[in-house]
Amino acid sequence: MTNPKVAETARGVALRLQRVRRVFENNLVVIEGMDLDIDAGEFLAVLGPSGCGKSTLLRMIARLSAPDGGRIVTEPKQFQTAFVFQDAHLLPWRTVLDNTALPLELKGTGREARHATARAVLAQVGLAEAEARYPVQLSSGMRMRVSLARALVTEPRLLLMDEPFAALDEITRFNLEVQLRDLWQRRSMTVIFVTHSISEAAFLANRAVVMTRRKGGIKLDRRTDLPAERTNDLRSDRRLGHEMKLLMDAMEEE
Amino acid sequence: MKRIFPPLIPFVVVTLALEGMVRGGFVPSYLVPAPSAVLRALIDSRDELASAMAKTSAAALIGFGLSTLAGVAIAVLLSSSRAIQRSFYPYAVFFQTVPIIAIAPLLVIWFGYGMKTVIASAFIVSIFPVIANTLTGLLSTDPALRDLFRLYGASPGVTLVKLRFPAALPQILTGLRVASGLAVIGAIVGEFIGGQGLGSVVDVARTQQRVDKVFAAVLLASVLGLALFGLINLVSALTLRRWHASEQPG
Repeated sequence: MTNPKVAETARGVALRLQRVRRVFENNLVVIEGMDLDIDAGEFLAVLGPSGCGKSTLLRMIARLSAPDGGRIVTEPKQFQTAFVFQDAHLLPWRTVLDNTALPLELKGTGREARHATARAVLAQVGLAEAEARYPVQLSSGMRMRVSLARALVTEPRLLLMDEPFAALDEITRFNLEVQLRDLWQRRSMTVIFVTHSISEAAFLANRAVVMTRRKGGIKLDRRTDLPAERTNDLRSDRRLGHEMKLLMDAMEEE
Repeated sequence: MKRIFPPLIPFVVVTLALEGMVRGGFVPSYLVPAPSAVLRALIDSRDELASAMAKTSAAALIGFGLSTLAGVAIAVLLSSSRAIQRSFYPYAVFFQTVPIIAIAPLLVIWFGYGMKTVIASAFIVSIFPVIANTLTGLLSTDPALRDLFRLYGASPGVTLVKLRFPAALPQILTGLRVASGLAVIGAIVGEFIGGQGLGSVVDVARTQQRVDKVFAAVLLASVLGLALFGLINLVSALTLRRWHASEQPG
């Protein structure tokens, strides 16, 4: 029998964006009246051309900036958010282990406990051997995995990713995508993944949203029809090609 | 060896050439002394020069230490808010443009002849690069990392200690490197007026037409500057070696 309390805390976050509006200081309206419901535990990809407000949207969801209108309601109200940036953004003076443990350190977890948790997460992203190294000694793919480990170390219920793999070579990116998908399946968290890569959105997400060029409108909102298990074999599958075509058509109308 | 040998060659060549030129009568020895004469002055006046060197070193080091502490503290304060920065930074810049040689007599009025004036002079001349570089470093923290610290609820104090200060360290050390040379200059200028150390030796030897002794004192002042610079480089290498690109092997 499952413990109902555990089941509840182990859920991802559900979000409801209601008429969200965001205006920059120069009176440029970036997002105007955006409505979007995101289910708990969903893997949502947000696609759109450069400058369409994807990153702005992500920052508002992370509560790093507040909407100028409308509201973002979450269920539950309190939860841990993690953010993965386009580049790894590690602290160069810290080892891999101390970089990974940083969020726990900032939240006041003791040294032993946070190192133990960090080691476990590093093992999950395949970096157990590298814990004593400094970022300058790592490849860009390894750095991004440390960044991912740092995001996961607090067991976030909401994981926000802003084009995290855009700067990586294709093979590294493919493998990281598989790894991310796998991590998402094993944890209960909602993932919002911003990207401008159509193949990445189609491969990773259960649902893809295509934003319009201006004012953060939504052109396409599609639940993808792909198997839950996603390996590199899927990349040559016709079903993935079909999903990509739909997303591409929506992007091209812009 | 690779680092010591190449600069040694021009030194030896220039020294020998100078010696030859002075001995051959091409350069009058009352303008430029022969290197051997400088060496003799160093040996003959070793007690006087050693005691002067000790005083100048102490003053330069204390002045430099004070500008490091005060400069970093002021930069932290300035970086804490835009308003504070706008109100006070112009004065820091203004402070820097005041020629030390012009206010040195004022220092004597305030601090009297001796050590205090010399330290004040070294301090005033060397503090600005510490403030400017530290401030630049503190203000150029990666915005993504600032967001990350906010996301995990870090206080401004924690963010300063764990993020902004270590991130600014390479720039702070650059400021200290510039400041170390300036502190020696400030000390010597202070000594011209305040009357002690190598600056005073230079001043007295000049009036006695002892160019060889002037050169000996100048040489020691340069050695002091180099030693301080080397010290900062050592600190820099020790703190940055593991993580900063500037200290990574080729």
